[in-house]
Amino acid sequence: MIWINIKRIIKSGFVSFWRNSVVSFASILVMTMTLFVLGSILFVGATLEASLNQIRNKVDINVYFVTEAPEEDILSLRDSLESLPEISSIEYVSREEALFRFRARHENDQLTLQALDELGENPLGANLNIKAKETSQYEGIAEFLEDESALSTAEGTPIIDKVNYFQNKNAIDKLTRIIDSSETFSFIIIAILVIASIIITFNTIRLAIYTSKDEISVMKLVGASNSYIRGPFVFEGIMYGVVSAIITLILFYPMTIWLGPLTENFFSDINLFDYYIDQFSKIFFIVLGSGVILGAVSSYLAVRKYLRK
Amino acid sequence: MIYFDQVSKIYNGGSIALDDVTLSIAPKEFISIVGHSGAGKTTLLKMLLAEERPSRGGVFFESTDVHGLPKLGLNNFRRRIGTVFQDFRLLPNKTAYENIAFAMEAAGRSDGEIESDVPHVLDLVDLEDKMWNFPRELSGGERQRVAIARAIVNQPDIVIADEPTGNLDPINTYEVVQILKKINNLGTMVILTTHNKGVIDSVGGRVITMDNGKVVRDDKKGKYAL
Repeated sequence: MIWINIKRIIKSGFVSFWRNSVVSFASILVMTMTLFVLGSILFVGATLEASLNQIRNKVDINVYFVTEAPEEDILSLRDSLESLPEISSIEYVSREEALFRFRARHENDQLTLQALDELGENPLGANLNIKAKETSQYEGIAEFLEDESALSTAEGTPIIDKVNYFQNKNAIDKLTRIIDSSETFSFIIIAILVIASIIITFNTIRLAIYTSKDEISVMKLVGASNSYIRGPFVFEGIMYGVVSAIITLILFYPMTIWLGPLTENFFSDINLFDYYIDQFSKIFFIVLGSGVILGAVSSYLAVRKYLRK
Repeated sequence: MIYFDQVSKIYNGGSIALDDVTLSIAPKEFISIVGHSGAGKTTLLKMLLAEERPSRGGVFFESTDVHGLPKLGLNNFRRRIGTVFQDFRLLPNKTAYENIAFAMEAAGRSDGEIESDVPHVLDLVDLEDKMWNFPRELSGGERQRVAIARAIVNQPDIVIADEPTGNLDPINTYEVVQILKKINNLGTMVILTTHNKGVIDSVGGRVITMDNGKVVRDDKKGKYAL
């Protein structure tokens, strides 16, 4: 009996979906807009994340060592740093490499190169270039290095000459605040958009079901159970969600083709079309799932109101 | 079979729809309830269908208080009652066939039973050729006959007809009354509310007259007196 009822509910919902074509069209239109907003939030989120990562990648700190610092001590310090969870990457630049890079950087500055030659020896110490996972974590790393600065050479002098965090602290703190504010702001905007979209969809479906309130009372009078009355409406809501999700996913295709090169030029790290193609299965399930859940829950709640009477 | 035990219905505003109504109806009886608008006829039927709860008293069907039934019991009880209304109350997006089939589906009848019984009952109300028409494609009389077919398809114990001829011309009124009499002759209790003297005269059964929420007359010999 359960299977017969499910079959009848699906058939009834499907037939009602086609016969109430005007109401179905209006509901699908509104739900498509809702899913378009929800899906666009994924793209905005990905673009924002790429932009913030770009900023994060530009921030680093360098630890400069004295020229006499033994390489094994530097490498040992690098290993200690790598064990910290905040560390994203560490690059060791040896004295020779530092000199090579210095020369390359000043290849057009003959005066500087001449002065360097006159010294007769490499005046540059080795350094470690450190990137943290979050900009807010640099302070902790700098404090760790301060403790490690007690590390000394055989002559008793500290091996760390300078940590440039303290010079860049203000800029790093400012960037951290910008990133945090951007994330909070975007979360608030996303939450407002999501809530507004859900309310609009819910009201549209509620209005669609309002037109059937007399039908619901007749169904009750002929002795139909609440679940048998509710079933076709919920199935119809699910159909609104599925059709709207398919339309939304189709609309994203030309939209991302158009926006892809623009975002790539502007943000350099992300092409929205590539992102859409790469993440299609994830976006598909999020948009479809949101549509189905939104349609089913809205219909369920809207019918419940008339079943109570 | 049906017993209204000192039933009163007082709405929040203080208006009295039913005032201490005590009434019993036997199986297979055909009763007509007459009264002016606002006399309490429809409220009485709503009490029987458990669409409204009484403020005082109880409504009993085969010794069971219908207002004490759980949800499932209430659905089962309603399946034993067929209802016909003045405004037909058909499902507008279902054909005549589907409207009747819906009542059978709600009662848990099989697809085979639906396929055999729906055409049969449409034949009884002389609408076999209109079974795939939507209500908007039918005349008032035809819609009412579909509503009657829906009311009787599950072979109910009771058929309630609330002003079924209110929107019909004399010819359709006559046809609807004849169908209701035929249903009663087959052993189903019929409860009819009407303003139409001609209908009462044609039916000729027990007539209950209501006024201001009270039963003011209960005439076994079918007289219309307002």
